[in-house]
Amino acid sequence: MWLAVLLGSLALGCAVALMGTSGWLISRASQMPPVLYLMVAVTSVRAFGIGRSVFRYAERLVSHDAVLKALGGIRTAVYRRLEQLAPAGLPQFRRGDLLSRLVADVDAVQDFHLRWRLPAAVAAVVSLAASAALAAFLPLAGLVLALGLLLAGAGVPALERRISGRTERRHAPARGELATAVLDTLTGTAELTVAGALPARLRATRTADAALTRLAGRSAASGALSAGLVALVTGLTVVAAAAVGVRGVASGALPGVCLAVVVLTPLAAFEAVAAMPTAVRFRERARAAQERLAEVLASPLPVTEPAAPEPLPAAQLPVVISGLTARWPGAAHDALRGVDLELRPGRRVAVVGPSGSGKTTLAHVLLRFVEPSAGSVRLAGTVDTRELAGEDVRRVIGLCAQDAHVFDSSVRENLRLARPDADEPRLRAALARARLLDWVDGLPEGLDTMVGEHGARLSGGQRQRLALARALLADFPVLILDEPAEHLDTATADALTADLLAATEGRTTLLITHRLAGLDDSSVDEVLVLDDGRVVERGRWSQLADRPGGRLAAMIARERAGEARAVAA
Amino acid sequence: MDSRQRMRPIDPRLLAYARTTRAFLAGSVLLGGVGAALLVAQAALIADLVVRAFQRGQSPLWGPLLGLAAVTLGRALVAWLTELTAHRSVATVKSTLRRRLLDHATALGPGFLAGRRSGDLATLATRGVDALDDYFARYLPQLALAVVVPVVVLARILGADWASAAIICGTLPLIPLFMILIGWATQARTDRQFAGLSRLSHHFLDVVAGLPTLKVFGRAKAQAAAIGRITEDYRRATLRTLRLAFVSSFALELLSTLSVALVAVSIGFRLVDGTLDLETGLLVLVLAPEVYLPLRQVGALYHSSAEGLAAAGKIFEVLETPLPEPGRRPAPPVAGTDIRIDGLTVRHPGRAQDALHEVSLLLPAGRTTVLTGPSGAGKTTLVNVLLGFVRPDAGRVLIGDQPLADTDLASWHAQLAWVPQHPHLFAGTVAENVRLARPDATDAQLAAALAAAHVDFAGPDTRLAENGHGLSAGQRQRLALARALLADRPLLVLDEPTAHLDPVTEAALLDTLGRIDRTVLLITHRPALVALADHHVRLPGTPAPHPPPRSPPRPRPPRWPNPGPRTGTNRRPPRRPGCPGCGSPCCSARSPSAAPSR
Repeated sequence: MWLAVLLGSLALGCAVALMGTSGWLISRASQMPPVLYLMVAVTSVRAFGIGRSVFRYAERLVSHDAVLKALGGIRTAVYRRLEQLAPAGLPQFRRGDLLSRLVADVDAVQDFHLRWRLPAAVAAVVSLAASAALAAFLPLAGLVLALGLLLAGAGVPALERRISGRTERRHAPARGELATAVLDTLTGTAELTVAGALPARLRATRTADAALTRLAGRSAASGALSAGLVALVTGLTVVAAAAVGVRGVASGALPGVCLAVVVLTPLAAFEAVAAMPTAVRFRERARAAQERLAEVLASPLPVTEPAAPEPLPAAQLPVVISGLTARWPGAAHDALRGVDLELRPGRRVAVVGPSGSGKTTLAHVLLRFVEPSAGSVRLAGTVDTRELAGEDVRRVIGLCAQDAHVFDSSVRENLRLARPDADEPRLRAALARARLLDWVDGLPEGLDTMVGEHGARLSGGQRQRLALARALLADFPVLILDEPAEHLDTATADALTADLLAATEGRTTLLITHRLAGLDDSSVDEVLVLDDGRVVERGRWSQLADRPGGRLAAMIARERAGEARAVAA
Repeated sequence: MDSRQRMRPIDPRLLAYARTTRAFLAGSVLLGGVGAALLVAQAALIADLVVRAFQRGQSPLWGPLLGLAAVTLGRALVAWLTELTAHRSVATVKSTLRRRLLDHATALGPGFLAGRRSGDLATLATRGVDALDDYFARYLPQLALAVVVPVVVLARILGADWASAAIICGTLPLIPLFMILIGWATQARTDRQFAGLSRLSHHFLDVVAGLPTLKVFGRAKAQAAAIGRITEDYRRATLRTLRLAFVSSFALELLSTLSVALVAVSIGFRLVDGTLDLETGLLVLVLAPEVYLPLRQVGALYHSSAEGLAAAGKIFEVLETPLPEPGRRPAPPVAGTDIRIDGLTVRHPGRAQDALHEVSLLLPAGRTTVLTGPSGAGKTTLVNVLLGFVRPDAGRVLIGDQPLADTDLASWHAQLAWVPQHPHLFAGTVAENVRLARPDATDAQLAAALAAAHVDFAGPDTRLAENGHGLSAGQRQRLALARALLADRPLLVLDEPTAHLDPVTEAALLDTLGRIDRTVLLITHRPALVALADHHVRLPGTPAPHPPPRSPPRPRPPRWPNPGPRTGTNRRPPRRPGCPGCGSPCCSARSPSAAPSR
């Protein structure tokens, strides 16, 4: 960055020096001296002229290089922190808009250096140098220039900030309101048209538009004011320097031949501060971005990693969960209270219960995404997962989540995430077990088909099957399936659940679900009914399903009654 | 945007669609002219002042100093006005374009919007329009200056010293020439690099969004290094391009500097000769750089102009899509009127296969018609035709005897209510959302509709987030159903209203749906709902994996009007009673007679 400041200062300095030297050159020339006397000045004029272009070119290259370097650095640093926080430390994580704003903020932070610090530093250096150089000719002229530059470079932007501060703060909400109105109108056009509500909705959008346009007009006024003031200060400084220079010539303090230097230098020097109002605007924006970013990054870590993690035991099963109690960061109540469970090799356990009963929390504690407040999870029945590195725990316990992310890449790359060294037959086997192979083979590009942003080119069922294939490919000793059919319609969901149970046969599995269809003694060894974080019932499916007054029996009855009533109606 | 359009500095359509542009351009030229005159006056005053103090030893020279101060005031005023008009105009132009875009896009209707992602259009109407900021507030005023200032200033220099004017005239055309030549050589590569930068940003967003998944597979830490590496690769590639791209501004700057130096040296030598006086020399020296400056700055702002014009071009593309010919006749009363769909064929643009092929069916007045068929059979397309959003390639919809194509759509829509498969909810309260079609409904009517649709998860005053974020698909469907029930229109079109409901809620809703005594078109997969049918129609799926040959005449399917009872007809009528595809006993139409009573 300092190199960029140096080069930028040299470029601007050359421009100022060019003007001053030219003024001296022709003043001296008018005295008709021998041409040889002018040679030094003529050469410097050429050198300054060429220097200005060369330094400007170098400065642009160096500063862009620095920005791109910084961009990589900032992104990596932010990413490392997010990596520690995700997912429990970032409760708003699922909101896509917040996430994209976070990423936009990361990009805005770099503007702080390129568009605020660099021009500000260059302006300061050049202003000082120009004022000092002018003071060497005539001290008072140097002082006048310094004052003028300070006023235009610091005073005017500060004034503008004071005036526009209030408008700027109202700008973002107004823009948000308009964006919401526009998006609502465009995505809801069909329903608005049929309902006859389109004209009213368009009127509302126009109102939001008018409010924003009024605000823009107001900030235009303050921006224009600062442009006018900078022009005014520039001109008045030239006038003042001229007045001081004329008096200096009259009093003999300034040689007449240098008067042009004193008058013309200020004219060029103001180029240094011309960009300051814009730079200040960038600083404000970058600061706001930085604050928002800091707020996210300062969230406490949801899980404490051990300083010296124990090595992973050779045999990791059974996983013994005892008295497990946990609470999400920032929550007022425990989401899980005293849960006991033993996952022996090949055992398949279903965890059922209404939403909010703590099912997903159990999965996240097992994966070391959430810290337990009491109780423990022990691998091989002995090693507490809190003494292991989180990454090692997740090597043993894997997850196929309801909101598993599908990356904007090919089917192949999405699969290989789970196992980068997997060969073609292995990928195909995983797809076959998730019942997705026929579909993939039917695609013209096969495994190399791009799936789109968030898997937009896949149907909901295909997306979940891809996630399942990925989890199967990873071959986790313990696999948690967390409501994998949650966002699908019932028919697709039931088909997926059946395939899922078939594909994971023989594997140690924890199936989390609120839908009971498809479960029975042959598909699961044990059922846990969770309510408000507690295990309220547990046992074999057949025992619980028929127990009079039992919780599971009641849930089954409700679900079946609904379906039966639906069919009968 | 193609390169032909790209070379054009002002899109003429901008003048046509946004009237403010004309006034703004005229104002910019005027202010540019005044500014140039003041510039000339300032240079003349400075030259006069220096000459009088230096060569004639005069002091204190209040006259020129006051003159200079007056010129300064004038220039400040011009700067203020230039900026003010620029930003005011851009705000007005943006607002105008946004309004026209929204009006036109919504008038084109959902059929048009379905062809593109509504998010794209919304982005265009908000952030896309913002790209005009730099174009209007900076590029256009600078363009005006680049035309006006060199002319005015050059005229003054010509009046003072024709030799300098000749040098400037000789070198000035080189600047646009170089700009074009170098621009051609580097633009494509620069554009590619900027596109790469946005791809990079997208990749970062994707990786951050997928962090939980990456952690599950133990790949999260490895990605940190990947992000650093990808950015580093991009940096190297970009710098290679920039080295070349920056050459253009370097060359232009050098060219103008050397031209000014040429003028200065010529002045210097003629001063030494005594063939030129100092006042003229100073005047020309101060003015010469001002001739080149506006031209160079236009070049520097070129990129923002291209972005603004590209955004404007996309907006005009929408604005220039012609509106479909509207029907003029008001719709007949729908209550008590049969609605017939007759030989409907629809093929979506760019598809090899018909989405609907010669489909005919009848919606008997006051009865419930259930439409089933596998995914992709064209059920939703049929609804879109019925709603007037999609124009069929063949066949027609008849309201009684009146073709829908001749009908004023607003009067048709005023008589129907529709629950789409993916209902849209607006930011606002539940009451505002449900009252969409009937803003004047009473609280009691609202409560009744909410109860009938089994909206038990939210009260009328519950606020919904943007597009109903945080609601499940089933909850959204129930709100949309409440909306349709409250609208209380003679025709009700329900597209999979219970697809996302659990069986308990679905069963509860069945009672409500069973009690509706309107003309109902119900599209569903669910056996429970098929039971509601007075009349069941099944659309066959896509006939074959390959498009059927269209030329050989096939047995013409029975069309409406159709002899026999009022059962559903389509191009593959059931060969045996009941529905061959559904396998459900309830599929046989419950209303074999012409006028069943409910």
